[in-house]
Amino acid sequence: MADDLRDVSWLQGVWSEQDTTPAAIANALQELLKQRHAEGQAYAPARVLNLVVIADREWRGEIYNRLERVGRFHPSRLILCAVEPGRTTLDAWATTRIDVEPKPGEPALYHEELVVEMGEHHLPKLDAIVDPLVVSDLATVVWSPHGHSQAVDSLMRIAQVVLIDSEEEPDPRAAAARARGLAGEAYVVDLAWLRSTPWRERVAATFDPARWREELHRISAVTVRHGPDSVITGLLFIGWLASRLGWQPGEIIGQNGALFARAKGRRQDVQLRLDPDPTMSTPGLAGVTIDTASGVEIALNRGAGGLTAERCSRDGSTSTWTVLGASRGEAGILGEGIRQALLRDPTYGPSLAVAEGMLP
Amino acid sequence: MATVKQENPLAEGLERAPVHPTTLTIFGATGDLAKRKLLPALYNLAHEGALPERFNLIGVSRSEMPHDDYRQSARESILEHSRRQPDEKVLDRLLDQVRYVAGTFDEDSMYETLAQTATEFDDEAGLAFNRAFYLSTAPEYFAVIVGKLGDHHLEKLEDAEVRVVIEKPIGTNLAEARELNKAVLRVLDERQVFRIDHYLGKETVQNMMALRFANGLFEPIWNRNFIDYVQITAAEDLGIGTRAGYYDKSGAMRDLVQNHMLQLLTLLCMEPPVTFSADDVRDEKVKVLHAIHPPTVEEVPDMAVRAQYGAGMAGGKDVPGYLEEQDVPPESATASYAALRLEVDNWRWAGVPIYLRTGKRLARKFTEIAVTLKPVPHLAFDEQGSVGVQPNQLIMTMQPNEGVSLTLGAKIPGSRMRIRPVNMEFLYGTAFMSQSPEAYERLIMDAMRGDATLFTRDDEVEAQWRIIDPILQAWEDTPGAVPQYPAGSSGPEEANVLLANGHKWRTI
Repeated sequence: MADDLRDVSWLQGVWSEQDTTPAAIANALQELLKQRHAEGQAYAPARVLNLVVIADREWRGEIYNRLERVGRFHPSRLILCAVEPGRTTLDAWATTRIDVEPKPGEPALYHEELVVEMGEHHLPKLDAIVDPLVVSDLATVVWSPHGHSQAVDSLMRIAQVVLIDSEEEPDPRAAAARARGLAGEAYVVDLAWLRSTPWRERVAATFDPARWREELHRISAVTVRHGPDSVITGLLFIGWLASRLGWQPGEIIGQNGALFARAKGRRQDVQLRLDPDPTMSTPGLAGVTIDTASGVEIALNRGAGGLTAERCSRDGSTSTWTVLGASRGEAGILGEGIRQALLRDPTYGPSLAVAEGMLP
Repeated sequence: MATVKQENPLAEGLERAPVHPTTLTIFGATGDLAKRKLLPALYNLAHEGALPERFNLIGVSRSEMPHDDYRQSARESILEHSRRQPDEKVLDRLLDQVRYVAGTFDEDSMYETLAQTATEFDDEAGLAFNRAFYLSTAPEYFAVIVGKLGDHHLEKLEDAEVRVVIEKPIGTNLAEARELNKAVLRVLDERQVFRIDHYLGKETVQNMMALRFANGLFEPIWNRNFIDYVQITAAEDLGIGTRAGYYDKSGAMRDLVQNHMLQLLTLLCMEPPVTFSADDVRDEKVKVLHAIHPPTVEEVPDMAVRAQYGAGMAGGKDVPGYLEEQDVPPESATASYAALRLEVDNWRWAGVPIYLRTGKRLARKFTEIAVTLKPVPHLAFDEQGSVGVQPNQLIMTMQPNEGVSLTLGAKIPGSRMRIRPVNMEFLYGTAFMSQSPEAYERLIMDAMRGDATLFTRDDEVEAQWRIIDPILQAWEDTPGAVPQYPAGSSGPEEANVLLANGHKWRTI
């Protein structure tokens, strides 16, 4: 398992055992905790949340790398279940890790990382393996980037939050249905939804000044440009607008690679359009254009240093500005997903419901 | 007919509520505070996408320079002082929207240029930006600038809000504070004024309100029936360095006690506000200050102690005393240490001494509030052979390691019933992943948003001075040498006279 070691200089304690049991792993974690305390009271374990990741063994390095880049949003205890077809025993490796060199007089905060290699036959009863390994009373978040839905379902008994990325499911309808199913059992943090956050914030801000707020109810068309694999993110964005503004969208229809729908608004119908942008190499949205019945067009597009905003008025005058903000990148999105596990967003569920309703 | 403001249905559920497009003007834009704190704070807000959707910055200062030179100077300040590595693209875009206006703060033509620049931003955008004026200048200019803003009709704007942020100090005594408040409120409404005490922008201070009002555990014991005494300590290990020009005029009382420490005291002692709106919170804080009896000159020696650090050792090195520091007058009577005993005369706190102490060149740097509970009424254990049962203490540490700890009595393992104190500790850093924003980031956004909860109201500042003024007056009227304490120590022995029977200072 040495290939899993990322930065050995910061590993403070290591334990491993082949053909082990959950009880032995739990004891080992307890021993590591005692060792840290014995070394000095300056060591303090992070106690924010447990993150249980279920990943294919051959891709666990990539998962580690993704988690490595989340910056300060490391889970306090990471339990990586590395699934290897045909394996019948459990092998485990545990370590405690300090991210930042402790300063004199300050506590050295450490995280616990645990890799448990297991076979596919362990997955339907994964809860029995994981339950003794999580820190009691902390929120437990489950993330299964390589599918393994059986394992996720089995962990619903002990998890409060499920981290998903609806963009990883090629079929938007299946993605929406899966998210809805999970939302019935736990709080869902959807990375696809988080990719739309800056866009939602900017659109909300654009219509916030009192004189523009009236225009919200005059919106007549919305066009969302998205990465080729990010149609679900576009749908969630439209679902958000529709659920917040009381629109009732019909089913989407595909035409020449774009998707179209019509929504019944309070004052008029709203034309909805989702356009894939083949030039976009990263997941998420590329741009949003909103037209109003009074002849105003507002466009937001990705730009340098933030989003480029443009407002065209009925008289033909145009105003362009930059809405400042650094790109978070995919690592930032994952970090944000972990952070969001401690919060509750009341607008995702209604947005998802509208998005799912638009899919034929 | 009054118009009803329609809510923004898109704002619900967003972590960052929209803030109206704003033009922020910094007076003193080339000064130390702007360079070290304000500009880096603005960059970090821009990086996080937290600034208003449309944002412009105008720097005002005396030196003549073109816009581009000021942009370059701002860039250098941000690169040097930002808490994160700046993203060049975000930085470029932020600086694109920066203009510079040169002039002295009493010069009419400067305000005309300022008004013209702000109007140009509005005209370009086709909407009225809110205007926030940040007075990051020497205090003698606060009234001048606000007066000139009024003279040039910059104090209000149709369809937009105008707000003025004023740095501390608000006067150096009660009379000056009243005079400044009066001058400011001749031009502005109180709701437009945001008096900064950056201490209130710290997460640690706001956490005090969460600790008290989000936990049912503390309220039943948070009164004179259970609390014996309270100690608030803000200790610094450094000396005054090269800041004698400022420090020798202010001293420990004006530098820390009148503002930061009284803020901590009010947050600790206030009643639960009905809501967390700015005025509900500040009303409760002001009530606490009004419940503190301002001492008479005769009472001061029994409730306040001052001292200066003498030569000693700090950080393993010999260091000079206060009077030997660079630019300190040899006969200076400025206190580098102050300790007070105050009482809040109301139903909840009557009879509970609240001890405050702050000083420079003490043994270490920390800020904490220690609440000592009354001892148990009857002890059935034999205390012989142990340190004995100590009263419980709840300690809220603001810095360096923010946290809460509770001392409890626990049995020492063995055949006899012997007790010693143990600590139950909670460190905020272990339970949250987010990095705390700089206080100025929070406060600048609150001011632009119009939320004055974390700013000091006029009557609050005056109530603070009403307590501090008589003490300063008594000290100024008392000739003779100021007591000394060795640098690197826990402070002067004289501070012990403030303590009631059985009370003791916590170790620094």
